Amino acid sequence: MKKLINSVENVVRDELAGLGAAHADLLKVVIDPTYVVRVDAPVNGKVGIVSGGGSGHEPMHTGFVGMGMLDAACPGEVFTSPTPDQVTAATKAVNGGAGVLHIVKNYTGDVMNFEMAAELAAAEGIAVEAVVIDDDVAVTDSLYTAGRRGVGATVLAEKICGAAAQQGRSLTEVAALCRKVNSQARSMGMALTSCTVPAAGKLTFELGEQEMEIGIGIHGEPGRQRLPLASAHEVVAMLAEPIVEDLPFRAGDTVLAFVNSMGGTPLMELYIVYDELRRWLGDRQINIVRSLVGPYMTSLEMQGCSITLLRLDDELIELWDAPVHTPGMRWGA
Amino acid sequence: MEVTFSQVVAWIQEFGVLIGKNKEYLTDLDSAIGDADHGINMDRGMRSVIEKIGESVGGDGEVATLLKTVAMTLISTVGGAAGPLYGTLFLAMAKATSGHEHVDQRDWAAALQAGVDAVKARGRAERGDKTMVDTLEPAVAALVGALNDGASSADAWRAAESAAEKGMAATVPLVAHRGRASYLGERSVGHQDPGATSAWLLIKAAAGAFGS
Repeated sequence: MKKLINSVENVVRDELAGLGAAHADLLKVVIDPTYVVRVDAPVNGKVGIVSGGGSGHEPMHTGFVGMGMLDAACPGEVFTSPTPDQVTAATKAVNGGAGVLHIVKNYTGDVMNFEMAAELAAAEGIAVEAVVIDDDVAVTDSLYTAGRRGVGATVLAEKICGAAAQQGRSLTEVAALCRKVNSQARSMGMALTSCTVPAAGKLTFELGEQEMEIGIGIHGEPGRQRLPLASAHEVVAMLAEPIVEDLPFRAGDTVLAFVNSMGGTPLMELYIVYDELRRWLGDRQINIVRSLVGPYMTSLEMQGCSITLLRLDDELIELWDAPVHTPGMRWGA
Repeated sequence: MEVTFSQVVAWIQEFGVLIGKNKEYLTDLDSAIGDADHGINMDRGMRSVIEKIGESVGGDGEVATLLKTVAMTLISTVGGAAGPLYGTLFLAMAKATSGHEHVDQRDWAAALQAGVDAVKARGRAERGDKTMVDTLEPAVAALVGALNDGASSADAWRAAESAAEKGMAATVPLVAHRGRASYLGERSVGHQDPGATSAWLLIKAAAGAFGS
């Protein structure tokens, strides 16, 4: 394993020390229990927004703490959900009297830990609503599985709900908006390589030089299918087709197109993917009116990308364009 | 026969030792169908537990208090799905034994049953979903059955250990319905479930501590 770290045990703690120091104007890092919180929290009368999940997906979630997005993020160990005491402490720290929204990705561990934390916060009289994000079309959704995974739509939901909370909307309204984003967004990802969890010290799965995994998650877990390596043109079709069919997106829809790097894929390749996606959607009269391209929800050093499409309306466009100032996303402020 | 405080301490300690020894094995199993951290997470949690209960060793105290300490430590250090699930198991056992001055083998089996029921509720999992329930449920059923038939505690725990091992092995051909492995669908077939495997270590440690 080749990583620029000091020790495997302290990867997350060392990372947070750097994050806190680099962005002291936006956020502060609290240790034991560990969470990252806006410097000005709690904001009086504003709905607090808390998300979190395993570390290793940077900038998600700690890099999205700041004005117009998250009030706090709870980082777990690498690829491991945070614990209830972390989430409860973060929830208390951001409660400005208007309640707190938990944005949770649909993974069994995340759901259970946030559920326990919400019970604890409620016992202390804090109004908490939780919205579970489950936008990954690679997973067959049935009564017998844990449902779909939460992936790229999480980033979009955090931005849009952050803007709505900043405008002073109520907890009920912000939670409803979060459900709306989730219901209008679909994603799918692929990998060219696996990644190495520091504590494990070796690749999570082996992938041959001429192979790729389609339908991966964001934890280095294998995908649904292993296929021979294909061109960006073909890969975009493999990812976009199931996304568009699922919602379904239709001719005339306006969308936000999000091309995300899994961490190891450079912008050069992401823009090639974006251009292929633009053509592919153009052929179907689906119009991209907003875009996001870059590493926002990564999987350590994994090479690969994911595509997320969000169907937009005027309300969502306005909230997307609203000012945001965080380490990982900044415009208009 | 009564279950003693020091037996419970011995159980927890032996579980910690077995997790430490099998850390890489559990992580390897998890890398096939999950995200390669089950061994790492359980080891981090059990190290904290052993440190926390260090003072209790050799002493005497309330079994329920000890179990609660184990539960809270696991919940706040493990993360993932394993933290709340193992935490819930010990918390339910703490509730079941709370206020009991004497805990005999049947009370203990009932406490374990309460723990397994709580795990099923927290994880919304049933037997056959390829989870720790596949190990725990048959183990407790075998334990309760043997004790009801008048078996000695040694024989009852032997039966539990063997049922746990069979339950664990039976997860290999299953399609996962819960947890991260469920996202792989059919691709989860052919792999032993890591949670079912750590649960087998829990029962194995228990058989060593309570089966004498």
